[in-house]
Amino acid sequence: MQWETVIGLEVHVQLATKSKIFSGASTAFGAEPNSQACAVDLGLPGVLPVLNEQAVAMAVQFGLGIHAEIPEVSVFDRKNYFYPDLPKGYQTSQMYHPIVGPGEVEIALEDGETKRIRVHHAHLEEDAGKSLHEDFHGMTGIDLNRAGTPLLEIVSEPDMRSAKEAAAYLKAIHSIVTYLGISDGNMAEGSMRCDVNVSVRPRGQASFGTRAEIKNVNSFRFVERAIAFEVERQIELLEDGGEVVQETRLFDPERDETRSMRTKEQANDYRYFPCPDLLPVVLDRAYVDHLRDNLPELPAEKRARFQQALGLSAYDAGVLSASREMAEYFEAVKEVCGDAKLAANWVQGELSGALNREGLAVQNSPVSAIQLGELVARVKDDTINGKAAKQVFQALWHGEAASADEVIEAKGLKQVTDSGAIEAMIDQVIADSPAQVAQYRDAEPEKRGKMVGYFVGQVMKASRGTANPQQVNALLKEKLDALC
Amino acid sequence: MHDKTLTELAAGLASGAFSSRELTQAFLARIDRLDGDLNSFISVTAEQALVEADRADAARAAGNIGPLTGVPLALKDLFCTEGVKTSAGSRMLDNFIAPYDATVVEKLRAAGTVSLGKTNMDEFAMGSSNENSFYGPVRNPWDPAAVPGGSSGGSAAAVAAGLVPAAMGTDTGGSIRQPAAFCGITGLKPTYGRVSRYGIIAYASSLDQAGPMARTAEDCAHLLGAIAGHDLRDSTSVARGVPDYTQELDTPLAGLKIGLPKEYFGDGLDPAVESAIREAVKVFESLGATVREISLPHTHYAIPAYYVIAPAEASSNLARYDGVRFGHRCNAPEDLMDLYKRSRAEGFGEEVKRRILMGTHTLSEGFFDAYYKKAQQVRRLIRQDFLDAFDEVDVLMGPASPTPAFDLGARKDPVSMYLQDIYTIAINLAGIPGISVPAGFAGGRPAEGRPVGLQILGAHFAEARLLNVAHQFQQATDWHLRRPALAEETL
Amino acid sequence: MALEHADVLRAAHLARLGLEDDEAAHYLDDLGRILAMVDQLQTLDTEGVAPLAHPLETTQRLRVDEVTETDQRDHFQRCAPAVEQGLYLVPRVVE
Repeated sequence: MQWETVIGLEVHVQLATKSKIFSGASTAFGAEPNSQACAVDLGLPGVLPVLNEQAVAMAVQFGLGIHAEIPEVSVFDRKNYFYPDLPKGYQTSQMYHPIVGPGEVEIALEDGETKRIRVHHAHLEEDAGKSLHEDFHGMTGIDLNRAGTPLLEIVSEPDMRSAKEAAAYLKAIHSIVTYLGISDGNMAEGSMRCDVNVSVRPRGQASFGTRAEIKNVNSFRFVERAIAFEVERQIELLEDGGEVVQETRLFDPERDETRSMRTKEQANDYRYFPCPDLLPVVLDRAYVDHLRDNLPELPAEKRARFQQALGLSAYDAGVLSASREMAEYFEAVKEVCGDAKLAANWVQGELSGALNREGLAVQNSPVSAIQLGELVARVKDDTINGKAAKQVFQALWHGEAASADEVIEAKGLKQVTDSGAIEAMIDQVIADSPAQVAQYRDAEPEKRGKMVGYFVGQVMKASRGTANPQQVNALLKEKLDALC
Repeated sequence: MHDKTLTELAAGLASGAFSSRELTQAFLARIDRLDGDLNSFISVTAEQALVEADRADAARAAGNIGPLTGVPLALKDLFCTEGVKTSAGSRMLDNFIAPYDATVVEKLRAAGTVSLGKTNMDEFAMGSSNENSFYGPVRNPWDPAAVPGGSSGGSAAAVAAGLVPAAMGTDTGGSIRQPAAFCGITGLKPTYGRVSRYGIIAYASSLDQAGPMARTAEDCAHLLGAIAGHDLRDSTSVARGVPDYTQELDTPLAGLKIGLPKEYFGDGLDPAVESAIREAVKVFESLGATVREISLPHTHYAIPAYYVIAPAEASSNLARYDGVRFGHRCNAPEDLMDLYKRSRAEGFGEEVKRRILMGTHTLSEGFFDAYYKKAQQVRRLIRQDFLDAFDEVDVLMGPASPTPAFDLGARKDPVSMYLQDIYTIAINLAGIPGISVPAGFAGGRPAEGRPVGLQILGAHFAEARLLNVAHQFQQATDWHLRRPALAEETL
Repeated sequence: MALEHADVLRAAHLARLGLEDDEAAHYLDDLGRILAMVDQLQTLDTEGVAPLAHPLETTQRLRVDEVTETDQRDHFQRCAPAVEQGLYLVPRVVE
């Protein structure tokens, strides 16, 4: 039987506010345990929450970024359950009236096509603390520093049909939130976390199969692997005549499998009800319009502009718009050198290669966008040839000089375009290579073309790579043919 | 000194007739002597009180004073007080030394008042008789066989017995007004949002409100002025200026339109209470007010609606008492579930558990719409009753409670206890202010009866009006000046 | 809506209240009578009435995003039943 995979994602994004969603405690990562858990975060008797305006603004910006409806009124509810990292015994969340309504996210597929994934809604809530399971005499330690960090939970429709699409969606969400600057998107530190709902159904069937929820899948790679495993597990189960159980599963990256979180717990009943300590959040139109007017260009728009206005290929446009930092770097290079395609080639070629080798992010590149732009400009105006340009790049990468021009000057890499000088070098090479000249002369005319390469190499060597290769080529042919 | 009003004591301090230290010592001595039987205090903070009194005296000497500088008072043990046990009347918090001050406590300190201690109360403010305290019941100073009312029973009894000139209470369904009525003192529940809830241990967040309990409306006016106001730490507190509540106290009542809700004079109202209230209304007529009957048609749905909403909020508010960060923790828990279940079973008393179970049940899947949503719809209708009434009249009047104080142990059945709050609960659902003032005795005279409270209700933020009306009544009557025999002992 | 023994046990479990059997029976009786009183609500027609969550229908005020709190861990943990290395201790949580 042919199976179809159906995937929906719940992505939790920690918003990059300075203080918590309902208190004035810091959200900084990595502090001493419980040193950033204030009275409100601890849920001390008598404390009350007050909503952080920046968390609201960031949620709305996200909503605008996915072209979502922004309802005028949103309401906080309490989700009641007991857990040691949940200080109040309830999580303040938004169940019935979320701050962001239905929207959509465009993802780029491998074939260059795009697909729209619908977002059901996104809501604000508070993060929980952390349980530390190292052994404290058989006890678990609770750190509530993270408790109260603002989260935006983005709930997709079950619109994805493959692990790749799910990963592309997660990447798209990542680039939207980082473009907007509303999250650092750092998955390793838990700034972005993902629950995956997976089901399979016979191809052509309209209704969905029973789904499993895989909790806390916290990297792009794990999303693909967890889904791949889970899909296989479900298909195998169904083909063996079994049934998929609706349950929560955990992905184990070490074993590369998902497994049931067996709990003897009865199904949870969260008893949602409107939080009486918080009032309805009312957003006036002018406020939303103001945020909309100040929205930065987002990845999908940027990708389209790169293709349409700059003439980049779909692939290049996709890669260069994937992260805000990459796009900003590319655009700066392009500004300086004045050639989008050349800039794209250099950013994706030499620069990306070097970054990957060293495991660096583009924002940490030792070669600044201005330096690279100046370098590319020298290629564009024929001051240096491609080979010399690579040398210049290496010199800049290793901090040997402050600018491309300095390197060119210091190493004498300026391209020789003076045909007199080139002719002199050619004459010398011809004079030094009587055997090769003889071979050339004796060869069939149609085979001579390939033999020019040897002479070109010699001339370039003689010029220390600075001779203009096109010029060398043309002049050599002329001179060699004259000898025949 | 103990038979003086707070306003009189403030005047005595201002004139130099006595110092705050002398006043504080006198009341502390009286608490020491008389509270053993009453049990109105959970904690007496004598040392701190004297430090605060000395500070007030020093401030006065420096000319740095307000109207309440150096005045002693007490706080219901629901207000968090830094460095002082804050128990909420519960075993759960018997070991809880609050690490911060409630906004009301900060404001009272800023006003220069001196706190003598923390008063007894029904556990987590759940009760109408003060019998639900981990620290034992409080006796009514008028009759040790009677309850003082609840949940602010300790505050009411302490003021009535002259152990303190005023005390802070909280009122979620009548917890200031009913004990004020039972103990023959004046108690004001302000408009919801008028006084910050920050640092007040929550029972039912959309209903809780703190307010003053004292001898007179004038005393309450001074105290409300000190504690009211917008608080950035409480989202439900209202950004609205605080008037001088003493300003309008003397406004004559000629032309005042009084409504008597007919539902507040129906079945179940003790005839002796009714006649005291009717007499009180006549006093207003003699002051030039006009009286008419009004209907609040949804009155009888108030208790059912309240007993859905309040327990639901409470079940969630009390989930934080889990034995992890503060409060009672059971001995040697086997596992996490055992820690939760045993800590909470041991820490909470019976009425608190009853309401937690009730609220958990009504919020659970399949019941939410039928109970919680329905109760909130009814809540709107109840509020609308009041809004409509205040289109017609300036204030509403009626009894604060259908009976005078009942005997300790007399209300064993929870439902009959709940019905006790029939005249107070709707006010919290609507969020309007209400004041209870002494209006006689069921039986006519103190020796023969227990105090009766007249409840006066106003529109949202009409506290100044309520205090004016109550003050004018107290100018024309002397019920508020009567003292129980206990309190008439001299030092 | 009749209340059953299982409802009380379920609520007690959700609320993490340990109940002995006789207590559960006692609460079943109490809650049954309270719910019977509460059921008067069902006699009222509330069709089309919007639920009222707060007595004053005002809107949420927003707080400026500033860090205003300092580290008070030791102060706050003075009232904690079990703490080690700044962490609150609970019986082992099994994931």
